[in-house]
Amino acid sequence: MAYDLTLRIWRGDASGGGLVDYTVEAEDGEVVLDAVHHVQAQLAGDMAVRWNCKAGKCGSCSAEVNGRPRLMCLARLSTFSRGEPITITPLRTFPVIRDLVTDVSFNYRKAEMVPAFTPTAEQPTAPFRMAQVDVERSQEFRKCIECWLCQDTCHVIRDHDDNKEAFSGPRFFIRYAELDMHPNDALDRKKLVQEDRGLGLCNITKCCTEVCPEKIKITDNGIIPMKERVVDVKYDPVRLFRRRRGGDDV
Amino acid sequence: MPEYERHTYDVVVIGAGGSGLRAAIAAHEAGARTAVVCKSLLGKAHTVMAEGGIAAAMGNLWPDDNWKVHFRDTMRGGKLLNNWRMAELHAKEAPERVWELEQWGALFDRTKDGLISQRDFGGHRYARLAHVGDRTGLEMIRTLQQRTVQLGVDVYMECTVTDLMRDGDRIAGALGYWRESGRFVVFETPAVVLATGGIGKSWKVTSNSWEYTGDGHALALRAGATLLNMEFIQFHPTGMVWPPSVRGLLVTESVRGDGGVLRNSEGRRFMFDYIPEFFKAETADTEEEADRWYDDKKNNRRPPELLPRDEVARAINSEIKAGRGSPHGGVFLDIASRRSPEYIEKRLPSMYHQFMELAEVDITREPMEIGPTCHYVMGGVEVDPDSAASRVPGLYAAGEVAGGMHGANRLGGNSLSDLLVFGRRAGEHAAAYASEIGGGRPVVPDEDVTVGVRTALAPFDSGGAENPYRIQQELQDAMQDLVGIIRREQEMQLALKTIHDLQERSKALAVEGNRQYNPGWNLALDLRNMLLVAEAVALAAMERKESRGGHTRDDFPMTDYDFWGKRNVVIELAGGGAVHLRLQDLPEPPPELAALLEEPH
Repeated sequence: MAYDLTLRIWRGDASGGGLVDYTVEAEDGEVVLDAVHHVQAQLAGDMAVRWNCKAGKCGSCSAEVNGRPRLMCLARLSTFSRGEPITITPLRTFPVIRDLVTDVSFNYRKAEMVPAFTPTAEQPTAPFRMAQVDVERSQEFRKCIECWLCQDTCHVIRDHDDNKEAFSGPRFFIRYAELDMHPNDALDRKKLVQEDRGLGLCNITKCCTEVCPEKIKITDNGIIPMKERVVDVKYDPVRLFRRRRGGDDV
Repeated sequence: MPEYERHTYDVVVIGAGGSGLRAAIAAHEAGARTAVVCKSLLGKAHTVMAEGGIAAAMGNLWPDDNWKVHFRDTMRGGKLLNNWRMAELHAKEAPERVWELEQWGALFDRTKDGLISQRDFGGHRYARLAHVGDRTGLEMIRTLQQRTVQLGVDVYMECTVTDLMRDGDRIAGALGYWRESGRFVVFETPAVVLATGGIGKSWKVTSNSWEYTGDGHALALRAGATLLNMEFIQFHPTGMVWPPSVRGLLVTESVRGDGGVLRNSEGRRFMFDYIPEFFKAETADTEEEADRWYDDKKNNRRPPELLPRDEVARAINSEIKAGRGSPHGGVFLDIASRRSPEYIEKRLPSMYHQFMELAEVDITREPMEIGPTCHYVMGGVEVDPDSAASRVPGLYAAGEVAGGMHGANRLGGNSLSDLLVFGRRAGEHAAAYASEIGGGRPVVPDEDVTVGVRTALAPFDSGGAENPYRIQQELQDAMQDLVGIIRREQEMQLALKTIHDLQERSKALAVEGNRQYNPGWNLALDLRNMLLVAEAVALAAMERKESRGGHTRDDFPMTDYDFWGKRNVVIELAGGGAVHLRLQDLPEPPPELAALLEEPH
């Protein structure tokens, strides 16, 4: 059944902008991204929006829908109350380029800072032997589609630009966790992630987990275990003892 | 001439999907100054949507598997129209390429012995696909992306290439624009690798994203290269059909590989009624045998649901036309009644998620409704099988944009392996070519840059009133209705006429706003490529008067082994830009490889 839907979309660029109302015909079974496409095709051909797969697999169409960070391709219109406009604004944590498109280069800079996977001396060359049970923890984090919603919602940087320099954000904490839990990785990145990537700034409010479209347990399975591992390394009495004797480079 | 942003490289790779990133890694490792230019953000390319896996005869589960069996399966799946040398290289090198991903940090699902697990797929004799649940493409792109970043390869994100630049016959560079600002950028490079993927956005029901506008195919044509086999379009048998918003969205073949079956409205497993003569000897003819095959491949034959995609898509199409379809115009794909909910959620997490979120269907409890969707183009740039070089010096192509590898029909899983095998080869050979050139580098002609910029900006002051979104929609309707799964001469004539009309109308395209991140303008530029490639497809499809693989003619239903089985349809641009077509003999495999094709299984 077709009906009239009003979208209230933020339009503008770095110099400013505001909400503009568009009314289009929408259908049952459509998602917010469909409605945005109707606006583009019929009313505002130059309206900027990112999207690719339209199936929740690529993480491109992130925006704030009625104030909540989410993928527009997974936001079904049937879950909104009819007759009320749907408000769509760009991700707040990142600088606006135009309309719903933001400058997410912050995330790509943080990605460059991750020391890459480094195989162990025991198994330096693939094919590796690794048990399913041992790869599963890291596999959960590799489901990440890099939609940056967790980064957007994280209050450490959401309204605190000055924290961005020292904070990689939840997406990258699970990247470090993934590598730390990789059964055949040799590098220890715990000190790095705690001291230089801002893991210590996270006070586990779990906002990131709540917005993750892949339902990755970012906080429980990634951030908290990483924090624990960092603490273990720091205060492990056996290691401290060895270190005093000069036997172990922690 | 105005000053444009300029960059100088040895190799520029256009496209950042699997083949583009693999090519860039190879070129960089060969010592070339390398850049990747891509329309979207890094990590969002279409490869990310690949679900099932990477076909590679590693033999981790079935020690009898080897490259010869994989070669045979690929050639037979392609209805013997494949370039045999590409199929040979592909089958031989795929395992190394998969292990390389593991070396770079990919985490595939494991066997009990801790090796990379492999899953069943259509047309493959053995369980052969390395996978991660049903999100293998994501694993692959992330691994390649992380490797690219680690190596420090320059990536130009959200940058669209509009024209290749030549110095005489040789590649001299590329002209593009930043989507963010609309400003132009000139890449000076002797070698370009096209890795732009496919053309599926020209059909209405498609699994492809907005990026799939045939850019590489069109860039190659305009630069003087040839296209091969453009009539062969793969319609994936299982796309979602409901709700309308997700129509065409891919439902992975893994559902069938993992035990799912197709049923019509009468509950019948209809694929048993559609086993073609060509595959009779290797396909089960009873449900009992088909079901035993999953655990015992030596003594049983493959279920007909795992016939190559072209066969399954045609069968589904016939069932729907015969009135035995599902309520929303598809058929039923049922795994719920055949596997436990735990198994389904473990093996097909992304399908479970996709149906739950988008269709409110719990696939562990009820069947899915599915129907064919435009998925892949077998045709593409004609390349040398070993080097991926096109006929234009300095121009290479790898992945979906290249032709020949998959013949008339691609087997599932062979795409991801194709990207890796030929991406690497293209990158290495492009780097070698650039290094051989040394100081004699070609020069980008200023006047070609000027013309390219003027053409790109034309929609801003065309004085016309045509809406690019409307032109695109009309093209999609025409290709869907007239050059779809089943084709007829008159309909294709009509399609051609429509395409020509749309080409004419697109001279009067009008866009609003300015150049900064303007999707209407961006689409107007993509349309030029879409229309050219659509014309190539329609012409090639009219020319091939037989049915084979991803090309089914209602007016020529038989496969013709004597004439068409030995011919490729080649497309090139004549002077003045007219699309020209000719036939070319298909290279014949040497006797030792030809013998493999005759083996019963």
